[in-house]
Amino acid sequence: MAVLVAAVFATLLTCLLFIIRLYIVVKTGPNYKPGTKGPVAVLVVAGSGGHTTEILRLMESLSAAYTPRHYVIADTDRMSEDKICTFERSKQHLDSESQVLCNGPGTCVPLCVAGLLLGILGMKKVLLVYVESICRVQTLSLTGKILYPISDYFFVQWSSLRDKYPKSIFLGRIV
Amino acid sequence: MKTVFVTVGTTSFDELIESITSPETVEALKARGYERLVLQVGRGSLLPAAHSCPHIRLQAYRFKDSIAEDLKQADLVISHAGAGSCLEALGAGKSLLVVVNDKLMNNHQLEMARQLHMDSHLLYCTCSTLTQTLRMMDLSVLQPFLPGQPKNFANFLDKALGVQ
Repeated sequence: MAVLVAAVFATLLTCLLFIIRLYIVVKTGPNYKPGTKGPVAVLVVAGSGGHTTEILRLMESLSAAYTPRHYVIADTDRMSEDKICTFERSKQHLDSESQVLCNGPGTCVPLCVAGLLLGILGMKKVLLVYVESICRVQTLSLTGKILYPISDYFFVQWSSLRDKYPKSIFLGRIV
Repeated sequence: MKTVFVTVGTTSFDELIESITSPETVEALKARGYERLVLQVGRGSLLPAAHSCPHIRLQAYRFKDSIAEDLKQADLVISHAGAGSCLEALGAGKSLLVVVNDKLMNNHQLEMARQLHMDSHLLYCTCSTLTQTLRMMDLSVLQPFLPGQPKNFANFLDKALGVQ
């Protein structure tokens, strides 16, 4: 009986600690400045077609400070693979703090959660940068809705979304 | 030769391909002075043969590494509402008619087409209203589309991350 009580108590305590850590990790994003310590490693989640196009336009604008760049694609997505390889070959950057950059496809949610978990476990702080697709004018995608509360930087590209999601960053159209 | 370029991006949109090659629609295109029709059909199951449209010069393919050349040669672009296709066509400074696929899940594409239409950057319709739209459209109302500024994103991120 006592063992059961202890187990329940331990579980509740672990959950509480987890929630506190989650809160701390999500809140301290803006204070984290990986760029001051050297190159910023980026994990880029490329989805189908349009998402890859959008994210490569964003990647094009980033300076040489963002390296290495890792891309995550579906293993059936030859097109994205080709586009990414062509893009990277033209860049020729050849070392880091980390961020996950994603733009919409639901495939990025588990990766973002993994990034968040690393932070919660105190292993590594991973910044989550989410750019909502330009297709989204009035409503967020499901991925956007899921990631809005936990992203460190959440970009929208139309003012109607900025009005609905005050935590979001609006810089006009960026792709 | 006035050319119409039809693109469905990486998707499949058989209904559009079927509509655009129907005799009624081809007639509407010819009435507007278009003599050449180039179709990029993506993953669709319809890949019309070159001689299948008797009254217009037809060319169809699935994918190319880049559609930039086809865009350049087009006088009118008819596209599905995918972001990449629309942005590429608008970026090439072409008149754009977006055909919304009303069979798609949730059809969030409508939001952007509607907004860009409200901002007078493109015209839009569905497959069932395609012929009518081609007959009645006035392309002179379309406003130039300024490209997005990814540099603003980069500058913001550099500052936020403390990148020197």
